Amino acid sequence: MNGNIPAPTIEYAQLAPMLVVFGAAIVGVLVEAFAPRYLRSAIHLPITLLSLAAAFGLTIWQVVKGVPTKAAAMGAVAVDGPSLFIWGTILVLAFVSVLLINDEDHFVAAAAAVPGSAEEEQALHAGAGHTEVYPLVLFAVGGMLLFPAANDLLVMFVALEVMSLPLYLLCGLARRRRLLSQEAAVKYFLLGAFSSAFFLYGTALLYGYAGSVDLAKISTALGAVGGQDTLLYVGAAMLGVGLLFKIGGAPFQAWKPDVYQGSPTPITALMASGTLVAAFGALLRVFWVALGGLDWDWSPVLWGVAILTMIVGAVLAITQTDIKRMLAYSSIAHGGFLLVGVVATGTAAQNSASLSAILFYLVAYGFTTVGAFAIVTMVRDAGGEAWHLSRWAGLGKRSPLLAGTFAFFLLAFAGIPLTSGFFGKYAVFQAAVSGGALPLVIVGVVTSAVAAFFYVRVIVLMFFSDPAADGPSVVLPSRGTALVVGVAALATVFLGVFPQPVLDLAQNAAHSLFVR
Amino acid sequence: MTTHYLVLSALLFAIGGVGVLVRRNAIVVFMCVELMLNACNLAFVTFARQNGNLDGQVIAFFVMIVAAAEVVIGLAIIVTIFRTRRSASVDDASLLKY
Repeated sequence: MNGNIPAPTIEYAQLAPMLVVFGAAIVGVLVEAFAPRYLRSAIHLPITLLSLAAAFGLTIWQVVKGVPTKAAAMGAVAVDGPSLFIWGTILVLAFVSVLLINDEDHFVAAAAAVPGSAEEEQALHAGAGHTEVYPLVLFAVGGMLLFPAANDLLVMFVALEVMSLPLYLLCGLARRRRLLSQEAAVKYFLLGAFSSAFFLYGTALLYGYAGSVDLAKISTALGAVGGQDTLLYVGAAMLGVGLLFKIGGAPFQAWKPDVYQGSPTPITALMASGTLVAAFGALLRVFWVALGGLDWDWSPVLWGVAILTMIVGAVLAITQTDIKRMLAYSSIAHGGFLLVGVVATGTAAQNSASLSAILFYLVAYGFTTVGAFAIVTMVRDAGGEAWHLSRWAGLGKRSPLLAGTFAFFLLAFAGIPLTSGFFGKYAVFQAAVSGGALPLVIVGVVTSAVAAFFYVRVIVLMFFSDPAADGPSVVLPSRGTALVVGVAALATVFLGVFPQPVLDLAQNAAHSLFVR
Repeated sequence: MTTHYLVLSALLFAIGGVGVLVRRNAIVVFMCVELMLNACNLAFVTFARQNGNLDGQVIAFFVMIVAAAEVVIGLAIIVTIFRTRRSASVDDASLLKY
């Protein structure tokens, strides 16, 4: 024991994108501590955007240099094709979301002041603001990068928390309708902590089963360890609970509408895009790498979850009268469509087809959803954003461009041809058919039709009903918001008309599957 | 005899889980979540003994750190909503529904 602990090797170059994001987050905390209040926002924005852009550049550099074939940092983090693709996606979506977050007055002036109190009045008057949102967002994005790349369950748990904890706080920081926002934060926090306890107990049981939390070692233990099946099955189920909670799979979807509605809309955009992408990466890694040999046991369960998620998402969305809740249920339904791809496993070629379809779907959905929430931030009443659907009546007559773009995003959600949503759905369903999940595809197509109904209902409401006399006003977008909507609309068109480059990229990323 | 410890850990986890579902005060709910995390720690340490490697004990340290971070965030959120509503009951916060 005389000091002979071997030093671990850490491939800093491979981990660079994450390190840049975490480093910038820490710099952001220092800025909060030392920079004068009036300068903070001006310092934070370039740091945040530059670090995200630099991390994206480093990710591209990693791809150009050659995708690593071995897990980095002593097997703790796997920087493989799917990870790099997911990193690129998350970084771009986070960059776009930060432009939205930077927009004026989404965030509370003083979170500690009781709503309606004199302190709040004072803080509003003084023009105070929480610039902490920038470092918090960077920490969350760093967690999102680590989560899908984690190659052992401990790192995955830590990443899950690093991703979630800042988001819990960010949810509670809305400037208007603060009661809703605080309630969303409490609900998200308690349920999120509850689900991560399940994830952790599942990790403990699998550790007991396999003697390691390394995904590859769990995978080898599946064939080697006998007589401990209870540990394995209960552990796998509990891990599944934790992961399905994060993607909002039924029956763990209840938090999603509440949290999406109550949170500040730019944060909702970040959660709906980035978190979903990261959580699917992690879900795929756990179920395909660690528990790949067990697919005969988990795939019937995931079949059930996928069917339930699609039905719950599509059917409950019909009854919604609030635009943000409707988009949340639509996000649940899309999670269900993506789960169809997760269960479509088989040969290596089949797996890589399913994986590339899921990756493409995530990109397509991520951009569209950020764009849709960006538009929600622009339609405002006296009391803030106009969430109630009745307020959106006749919007098409008053601001055709905005309503037209929103209608286009909704059509992309519905999966109409010539939008990105069509190719996403097509790719996933095609992979599922060849993977023998035809019944799931049938449910998927039927629920897509149900979902199309409520998307089209909003379009009809916007264009074919008379605007209310005291209808909401459409604010002139700031440069950032206009850019977000523009980028999202362009991406939706581009991926819908000319999807091949991104499909090829996804296929290359998925070609050699996850490293073990 | 590590089985006893595993049974205890499962019991603690179940008590925590039931507590989260039935208790009304957000602080108590949160304490139950912490109890679940501690049950996980007990399981990790027991399995470390059973498997004859140290991974589980090291993981327990990580879990403690994460739990501590979670307490900071959780209490901040719960205190904020308590100051607004003068109540930490999870039943009172019911504006967001359906």
